[in-house]
Amino acid sequence: MMPGIGVLTQDTLWCFSQVKGTIEIGATEADIISTVEFNHTGELLATGDKGGRVVIFQREQESKNQVHRRGEYNVYSTFQSHEPEFDYLKSLEIEEKINKIRWLPQQNAAYFLLSTNDKTVKLWKVSERDKRPEGYNLKDEEGRLRDPATITTLRVPVLRPMDLMVEATPRRVFANAHTYHINSISVNSDYETYMSADDLRINLWNFEITNQSFNIVDIKPANMEELTEVITAAEFHPHHCNSFVYSSSKGTIRLCDMRASALCDRHSKFFEEPEDPSNRSFFSEIISSISDVKFSHSGRYIMTRDYLTVKVWDLNMENRPIETYQVHDYLRSKLCSLYENDCIFDKFECVWNGSDSVIMTGSYNNFFRMFDRNTKRDVTLEASRENSKPRAILKPRKVCVGGKRRKDEISVDSLDFSKKILHTAWHPSENIIAVAATNNLYIFQDKVN
Amino acid sequence: MGTMFARGLKRKSAEDGEDVEGGLAGAQAMPSYSLQRQSLLDMSLVKLQLCHMLVEPNLCRSVLIANTVRQIQEEMAQDGTWRVVAPQAAGRAPLDRLVSTDILCRSVREQEGERPGPDAGDGHTPDLVPGLATVPSAQALRSPQSSLWEVDSSRENRGGFQKSLDQIFETLENKTSGSVEELFADVDSPYYDLDAVLTGMVGSTQSGHGSGLQAFSSATAPPPSSSCRSDLGELDHAVEILVET
Repeated sequence: MMPGIGVLTQDTLWCFSQVKGTIEIGATEADIISTVEFNHTGELLATGDKGGRVVIFQREQESKNQVHRRGEYNVYSTFQSHEPEFDYLKSLEIEEKINKIRWLPQQNAAYFLLSTNDKTVKLWKVSERDKRPEGYNLKDEEGRLRDPATITTLRVPVLRPMDLMVEATPRRVFANAHTYHINSISVNSDYETYMSADDLRINLWNFEITNQSFNIVDIKPANMEELTEVITAAEFHPHHCNSFVYSSSKGTIRLCDMRASALCDRHSKFFEEPEDPSNRSFFSEIISSISDVKFSHSGRYIMTRDYLTVKVWDLNMENRPIETYQVHDYLRSKLCSLYENDCIFDKFECVWNGSDSVIMTGSYNNFFRMFDRNTKRDVTLEASRENSKPRAILKPRKVCVGGKRRKDEISVDSLDFSKKILHTAWHPSENIIAVAATNNLYIFQDKVN
Repeated sequence: MGTMFARGLKRKSAEDGEDVEGGLAGAQAMPSYSLQRQSLLDMSLVKLQLCHMLVEPNLCRSVLIANTVRQIQEEMAQDGTWRVVAPQAAGRAPLDRLVSTDILCRSVREQEGERPGPDAGDGHTPDLVPGLATVPSAQALRSPQSSLWEVDSSRENRGGFQKSLDQIFETLENKTSGSVEELFADVDSPYYDLDAVLTGMVGSTQSGHGSGLQAFSSATAPPPSSSCRSDLGELDHAVEILVET
């Protein structure tokens, strides 16, 4: 398997592999998937949902018998990460929805991940247990203390094998540091610190210290009535532990260097594309708001997602992106309706493939899009139960904008705006993608010839 | 998608004393730009107030909507239409308040031919509208009633904020024939009937489980409009939360 090969030539065909989650009848709002993330090796795939649960899937070892079926992902661990809370001061609920999960690189047998809701970040340790100590001297089989008078010998407990158990334990809880809603967390390349970003502030944490954090960005104005811009996403540079970027609701990206000053309110670089005056409307600002920002694996580029496009920026060029891809430009004339029904505020994420040659993002009607940066080809695929036969090849979809609709095309007015693909993930080295469609998780792989 | 007002809409009596024949070219069967801009403003203000009462409202969304409101108000101030009392017919159908047409989505260049000028009262044709290319920046024009975010200097107390809200309502009042309560009463039904309204205009390809723009399910965040009736007490509370008094 060639690592990271993602050239969207005619040779690359995406196939259905698996789907996780209930079919519609049993679905509740708590089952809606709110984040998806592969770990650094791609062995584990984590999802978080609106009900505060985390489900981790593990890829099974490939067997020699079934060469055509690459390792499938099966449930490895499920745990309740966050519970709903009530803020008595404001008389408001704090949702338990998991906004983001980020894995830490593996350093021993256990796996560690960060999960966050609107207010609290938690560090979870996921470890396996396949042995159990037996033969305690001071306690009986049920764990009750024995009468000391009856103990006459010393016995050392013996470890005996047991059924594999995967346990998740919260190792750290990082709370009470965010007044506003956390939208991003990012692990630093030093593996000792991480950042959490809310609408107005970014805090830097040390993994070992939970009762304090450093505030490194604060854009809250002295008078809240002057508030016109919020932070929408933030991420550390993959290699330079002093650099990070954050995006805003005005379509700008700031690169900051923590060596410059303790409070990184002044950016090192400021990325903004000049506005096209001919395209200006009352919705211009809203659709320019960046919903996600991601460094490429190489660290040379950043990718941003706004409502209608995905843009790739070169870190060395601040005045405009080097590439712009239209995700669903046919929605441009529908912005008023999308404002009315709030869809215009949907926050789509975007991801790079392992070699940074292909980028992917979601759309409506359970469509998701891939753009090959080298060939400039793009494809629209759909995550649906109808295309869910094992190893079925996904057929490219097309939205008909006007005029005569061809047989397989779908017209803009028929799109289902309740079926939105906000969260996707790409395996770090292989062509395996995970696509969250409401309460279902689809896993697709490229066709093995 | 077309416009929802295309069929059966009577021509309005002109606002601001505009000469109807003077140049609402192409808008014969559609409400004027001013009307739709007003509708967008109303819609935005309602969005700001109909927040999720149980969970803290999304700050990013609120900021974006507030910025939109500010843009509209600044443009209206530039036009000189901001303070003018528009003799809008009291018996108008609630549908008129909704805006789902393309007009507001069109670029400025397209709109240039339709917007009223600052001295519209003189009957100038819209072609003479100057400087439409860019909406002025937020700093340029600030009227006291302009924004939900803007409160007077005694900011951190409810009383001050209440006053600012009142100013907004007052302003709205001037633009409608009825009282504030009536404004919300008017808004309630059309927004709650959004489904019915949009069903009529979105194409005939609707499936049983409601695809299409109008019938998004509650799969995501709870719909803002359906269950919150706005009374002033709740509005205070919501806006208070927004500016963190």
